[in-house]
Amino acid sequence: MVDHQPGENLKITVEKMNFFYGPVQALFEINMNIPEKKVTALIGPSGCGKSTFLRSLNRMNDIIDGTRLEGKVLIDEKDIYSPLSDVVELRKKVGMIFQKSNPFPKSIFDNIAYGPRIHSVKDKGKLMEIVESCLIKAALWDEVKDRLDQSAMGLSGGQQQRLCIARALAIEPEVVLMDEPASALDPKSTLKIEDLINELKREYTIIIVTHNMQQAARVSDYTAFFYEGHLIEFGATEQIFTNPNQKQTEDYITGRFG
Amino acid sequence: MLHYWQREIENLKKLILSLGAIVEEQIQRSLLAVERRDTPLAEEVISKDREVDSLEILIEEECLKILALYQPVAKELRFVVAVLKMNNDLERMGDLAANIAKRARYLAKKDKINLIEDFGNVGDKVQNMVKKALDALVNTDINLAKEVIAADDEVDKLTKHLLKRTINAIEKDPDRTKDYFSIRSISKNLERIADSATNIAEDVVYLCSGEIVRHTELGMEEQAEG
Repeated sequence: MVDHQPGENLKITVEKMNFFYGPVQALFEINMNIPEKKVTALIGPSGCGKSTFLRSLNRMNDIIDGTRLEGKVLIDEKDIYSPLSDVVELRKKVGMIFQKSNPFPKSIFDNIAYGPRIHSVKDKGKLMEIVESCLIKAALWDEVKDRLDQSAMGLSGGQQQRLCIARALAIEPEVVLMDEPASALDPKSTLKIEDLINELKREYTIIIVTHNMQQAARVSDYTAFFYEGHLIEFGATEQIFTNPNQKQTEDYITGRFG
Repeated sequence: MLHYWQREIENLKKLILSLGAIVEEQIQRSLLAVERRDTPLAEEVISKDREVDSLEILIEEECLKILALYQPVAKELRFVVAVLKMNNDLERMGDLAANIAKRARYLAKKDKINLIEDFGNVGDKVQNMVKKALDALVNTDINLAKEVIAADDEVDKLTKHLLKRTINAIEKDPDRTKDYFSIRSISKNLERIADSATNIAEDVVYLCSGEIVRHTELGMEEQAEG
């Protein structure tokens, strides 16, 4: 297990997790402690299980037929797979950003107000407050403040991705999962997203899947290396990238395989 | 606005400058200990070298972290590499200052030696080189760095001159040969501090221009031009 810094609280604890797609086992005996208000990066070659692992943290795998999970996933010490767990509450608490930005075909304002409206925020002034603060947090406010009523589809790819981040923040999550959030963006937009991740970790626990090892190195505090469904190594990013404990990790990050 | 890794580089700059400031003070106080025959001051300098050592380790770790995590390029890469090298030199200068302090402690127990006064001149020159090398780093001032490189020859000459005088003194007063060896040791340590300051200045030239001027007789050219 990883040595966490003093003063760090654990947000998510994964115990002996096994995951199956029908008869195929995708994750094997994963144990992992994810600290609060830090960025944890999941790296590894395609098919290593990192995205499956990410999606298990807000039960996104539930919507795939024939999947099964063994073991425990505790968020704030509560088992999210217990029969008593409320999936809607869980997904409110654990937001998600996908590889490809997916704004609703609505105005910029409505994209962000959508979640709060569902959660019964009706007051126009209150909604405006939420929209503004989320756009500021997502570093998009200055670029869109004069055209909130225009369609979100008119934004650039990088802006759309930041809009999706703002939309996720509008329902006040505590954990934000990001699945390759910058892989479809140019270097400048990628940099904006990375700067943003660095800002957001003050308030949120962030878990990011990335194929870009340099990105993992740049943005994360902790890095987990997955290979063929196993968690090979999990440690402080600085240690993983300067002196990994496992040869497989070393081989992967120095580009010998994967 | 600074990007997140630029903040790390700014922090690295602060660390190397604080190491520079401590080392500068160590050199100054070690020479003061020689001049005033001040044993407690010499002891302070000797024990403070541990602080220099631990800061050196911290800076090296920071450099490695920045290289591994952020893969800096262009000027940022040159900066981190230059810091990695000058970190070494500053730590070495700290050791040399501690050596001088040890000689000061020894000489304080002996009768005064007149040659000590001659350190004043070369000591001032060396301290000036160190100060200028660090200023050149702060301001990325290539011209100031070249002045430091040029000044090294002068220190070498003064050191040679002092060696001659030390040999003469030993011939006249062989009973105090051991004490004169301490004098020689101090002047040799000072010369080495100047060499390290020159290395730092060369690293600053590299930082500013991307050009490696070591072993290129830049100092001589500069003097010829001047």
